[in-house]
Amino acid sequence: MLGLIGKRILSAIPSVIGVLVVTFVLTRALPGDPAAFFAGPAATKEAIEEIRRSLGLDKSLPEQFIVYLKDLVQGDLGNSVATGQPVLTEIVTRLPASLELTLLGLIVSVLIAVPLGVMAATRPGSLIDHTCRVVTTAGVSLPAFFTGLLLVYVLYYQLGIAPAPLGRLDIFYSTPTRVTGFYLIDTLLEGDLETFRAAAAQLILPVVTLAVFTLAPLARMTRAAMLEVLASDFVRTARAAGLPRRKIIYTYAFRNAMLPVITTLGMVFSFLLGANVLVEKVFSWPGIGTFAIEALIASDYAPIQGFVLTMALMYVALNLAIDILYIVIDPRVGFEA
Amino acid sequence: MHRRLFLSATSGLVAAALAATLAATPAAAQSRKETLVVLVENGPNSMDIHGVGTSFRSYVAAWNMYDRLVTFGRKTLPDGTLSYDSSKIEPELAESFIMAEDGKSITFKLRRDATFHDGSPVTAHDVKWSYDRAVSVGGFPTFQMKAGSLEKPEQFVVVDDYTFRVDLPKKDKLSLPDMAVVVPAIFNSKLAKQHATEKDPWAMEWMKTNDAGSGAFKLEKWTPGQETVLTRFEGWKGGKASNVKRVILREVPSAGNRRALMERGDADISVDMPQKDSSEIVAEGGSGKYTVVGVPIENSLKYIGLVTTMKPFDNPKVRQAVAYAVPYEQIYKSAIYGRGIPMCCSDATGPKDASWPQPFPYKTDLEKAKKLLAEAGYADGFETTISIDLGDATASEPEAILLQEALGKIGIKATIEKIPGANFRSAMLQKNRPIHIASFGGWLNYPDYFFFWGYHGQNAVFNTMSYQNPAMDKLIDTARYEHDPAKYKAEVMKFIQLAMDDAPRIPLYQQILDVGMQKNIKGYTYWFHRQLDFRTIEKM
Amino acid sequence: MTATLRHIRYVLTENPITLFAFALFGFIILCGIFGPWLAPYDPLATNAAMALQPPSSAHWFGTDALGRDIFSRVLVATRLDLGIAFASVLLTFAIGALAGIAAGFFGGWTDRIVGRTADTIMAFPLFVLAMGIVAALGNSVGNIVLATAIINTPLYARVARAEANVRRNAGFVEAARLSGNSEARILLLQILPNILPILMVQCSLTMGYAILNAAGLSFIGLGIAPPTPEWGILVAEGAAFMISGEWWVALFPGLALMVAVFCFNLLGDGLRDIVDPRRRT
Repeated sequence: MLGLIGKRILSAIPSVIGVLVVTFVLTRALPGDPAAFFAGPAATKEAIEEIRRSLGLDKSLPEQFIVYLKDLVQGDLGNSVATGQPVLTEIVTRLPASLELTLLGLIVSVLIAVPLGVMAATRPGSLIDHTCRVVTTAGVSLPAFFTGLLLVYVLYYQLGIAPAPLGRLDIFYSTPTRVTGFYLIDTLLEGDLETFRAAAAQLILPVVTLAVFTLAPLARMTRAAMLEVLASDFVRTARAAGLPRRKIIYTYAFRNAMLPVITTLGMVFSFLLGANVLVEKVFSWPGIGTFAIEALIASDYAPIQGFVLTMALMYVALNLAIDILYIVIDPRVGFEA
Repeated sequence: MHRRLFLSATSGLVAAALAATLAATPAAAQSRKETLVVLVENGPNSMDIHGVGTSFRSYVAAWNMYDRLVTFGRKTLPDGTLSYDSSKIEPELAESFIMAEDGKSITFKLRRDATFHDGSPVTAHDVKWSYDRAVSVGGFPTFQMKAGSLEKPEQFVVVDDYTFRVDLPKKDKLSLPDMAVVVPAIFNSKLAKQHATEKDPWAMEWMKTNDAGSGAFKLEKWTPGQETVLTRFEGWKGGKASNVKRVILREVPSAGNRRALMERGDADISVDMPQKDSSEIVAEGGSGKYTVVGVPIENSLKYIGLVTTMKPFDNPKVRQAVAYAVPYEQIYKSAIYGRGIPMCCSDATGPKDASWPQPFPYKTDLEKAKKLLAEAGYADGFETTISIDLGDATASEPEAILLQEALGKIGIKATIEKIPGANFRSAMLQKNRPIHIASFGGWLNYPDYFFFWGYHGQNAVFNTMSYQNPAMDKLIDTARYEHDPAKYKAEVMKFIQLAMDDAPRIPLYQQILDVGMQKNIKGYTYWFHRQLDFRTIEKM
Repeated sequence: MTATLRHIRYVLTENPITLFAFALFGFIILCGIFGPWLAPYDPLATNAAMALQPPSSAHWFGTDALGRDIFSRVLVATRLDLGIAFASVLLTFAIGALAGIAAGFFGGWTDRIVGRTADTIMAFPLFVLAMGIVAALGNSVGNIVLATAIINTPLYARVARAEANVRRNAGFVEAARLSGNSEARILLLQILPNILPILMVQCSLTMGYAILNAAGLSFIGLGIAPPTPEWGILVAEGAAFMISGEWWVALFPGLALMVAVFCFNLLGDGLRDIVDPRRRT
């Protein structure tokens, strides 16, 4: 099994290299001149040239790429010129914020979508089936930023139920000691329930926004997979053997139907990370998404490269995790390989 | 059965989460009273005013964490708002200062009780180190120092521990004011030197994220992109301490969220107010939940620039035609909701006095615009582009749309190009955006200072029109070192006249700096750098 | 053929939602074609006196900050939004489907190259990649179409690859091969038509995503140049007016956007039912 995982990791290397090259070329194609931007308002041509040299932008593109790779090997992702911080520090501090949000979004979405999908599959063509389809499809049809704004407007501004959209914690709570970077976990580790509640409250609206957006693909996939499994031979056999319907659906069929759903999770996660960028902007969420947007608009190379690299690695890691999960759930996969 | 379980489980989860929110009450109600929560669109990107690429958003940190030798005095504006006074220079870290008879040197006596945040005394050595740093690191700080003839370390002399002298190549009226701007802040040189390296003698790396000041506030925590927290420095000797113990500068990119936070009373001050919001609150006349204080930004203009080196804008008649086509009234009403001082429609043909900015003699007159275009040989119009800064799109975009529509009426077909904020300056530097909507303001409140950057043939980035006219250059250069008030006035009026006739830059309005604040906030002061000065702000 | 028709009729009558989606699709297309003639006002004409008016009988959706009629703007925007969606899907289809079929059919190196390229694109968070492309190339309609097409390509390539792979040794392919057809000919004339229906389903689904993508780009300021009306930009512009109480500026374009995406998504489901009853979801 370890060999299998090793092989799986190796097979991801080409796409990571591809990502590196594409990002590098893309960032260099961005319009604007970072040197002119950072030289300040009243800079002369010479001052700009000087900054260009100090940023290493006077070298040829292949040279810049090699310098970049060398730094990368040493774990140096460069400095963000906009925030003045090393990119690695920025990403390490911001990543948990994005992950906490995205993962919770995914969990909530799964908790709602999977039961919905199962319900729809057990009664295809019924009112529940149609309602499920319409509701989830409507969710994915709303731009995530619009849903977010709408929720803020109604729940915070009009009704005052939700807390202010001010990032991860209300201003007057102090951040928990960093262990995992996930506020929900760190506060519990400290036993600080008050702060835990505050952090959870801040999470509700953005998490709902993200979840609404991803209900559809998950519910749809669950339904399809359930339908297929319910029509399969072993379910028919089980039925013929007189096993109770509930046991058939929830023990045999459900377990088997989860395989394709788990595969979909990978795609949905990537989809969520993209939507996350916009949602973070709406909720002033201090994650890596907002960081990337700002860097992109400032033609700030290092953060964009760092961001994309992190994303790519995460994606690879996630797919790996899914593959392993697959092996756990369905031992046949392991034997075949 | 099970699906019901699923449903109730999920809905129960949501309900529990919402209930948790309802129950949550901030624990620290007491500290709320002594804490000032300030909302900004974007925050500082460096704690070091001399740093490479330090943005104007960072001035707020530098201004409150550091002191300077001198500062500007204060005055009360006609509407009761406090403002800095560009005509008065007062000592800050200096106790007194004397200018030599010939104006070629200024000697400062330092206060003996002032200390840095680490408790060490502020001495002339620190002042020299800080000034040396400002003129040596290059980029913006060096440039700003130069504006006051402060160029070389040799000019800065330590006479004794508490006496400091600046030598000047020639008498310059801008030298002293230039020492009161944000750049010549005084750093704790002993502390800085501990963090300097051979490669980095000025401790640029360390200073980016740390505090080496003696100002009224010290840095508690800075999370770039999120918040900056400052705490009151109890050892500050520069004046009366504010009753605010902590300042939290919170970055909220969405204007709608900033408005909501203010209306719900969750924040005390909102700095980046869209004109629409401030006009609505001003219209309420103080009956609303919070108030807005608006002060016209001195020596600044929002304008339409026409690149004079590009056809057909090399022809002054075409430029005047555009100036007559601009729908000024509509722009004031729909784009900025009246939050600006109109700079059009003067009845005189020339400048009324030597003040700047002042209204230009152009008003919307499409017939006249068409006639001028025809005289210039463009009766059938032409095609062009209007460029705007995406970062300033709230006002610039409607302005561009209205301008585009109006130009269409005289046969000029324009498309609109939105340039992301960070790239706007490099786009302006290229001087190839034929029509652009931009703004410029000078820190030092002198017309010749504005013209030196904005109209002079040296072609600085702020001369976005690439306007070059030897007659203009001569007038600006003479006025720069003119010490006779009457002659100075005449020269200023002459170059304003030239700017009106040649019309490379069509003024739209003088911008207003609007700051929203809750009704219990007092003591707000307008400063040339447009950032908040927490030293005078009190929370009632 | 009659069997297919019967099947379509069966699906439509059995599933009223699909029928509804088809009707809605027709309506949207009509709006796209006739919008500019149906619009009661010039969508670009400003009117300072009528700024920010709430919905009324004269202005069904109200007016925006410059006094432009929102109903006209939403209606006229239909053509551009559909245009972006169609163009990007067509482009994706052309690149993705062909590459995918070739990969599945030939296998070997072709498969590896196509697979790796698709993996590389998929390793980006897709929206961020689109942002990068538009930021680098400039925000024109063409570049938005291109960016959207690029990020969707891997999906098509994968579906096409899988389907072509299954069919590469199918009876009808063997028959064509035996009768002396070249591989390229088989690819284009036998395999492509055979998997076309499955790809059409994908098209309908990505169409909605293309519109959402363009809207997202507009929201962060990388959309189409003003004053051209486009749903995403209209929503983004309107978002600023929501808290100050002018909800209609964002709401109506948002609804239009939602209805269109909704329609494409339902349509995709419906098409899938027709094309592949087995995989009915």
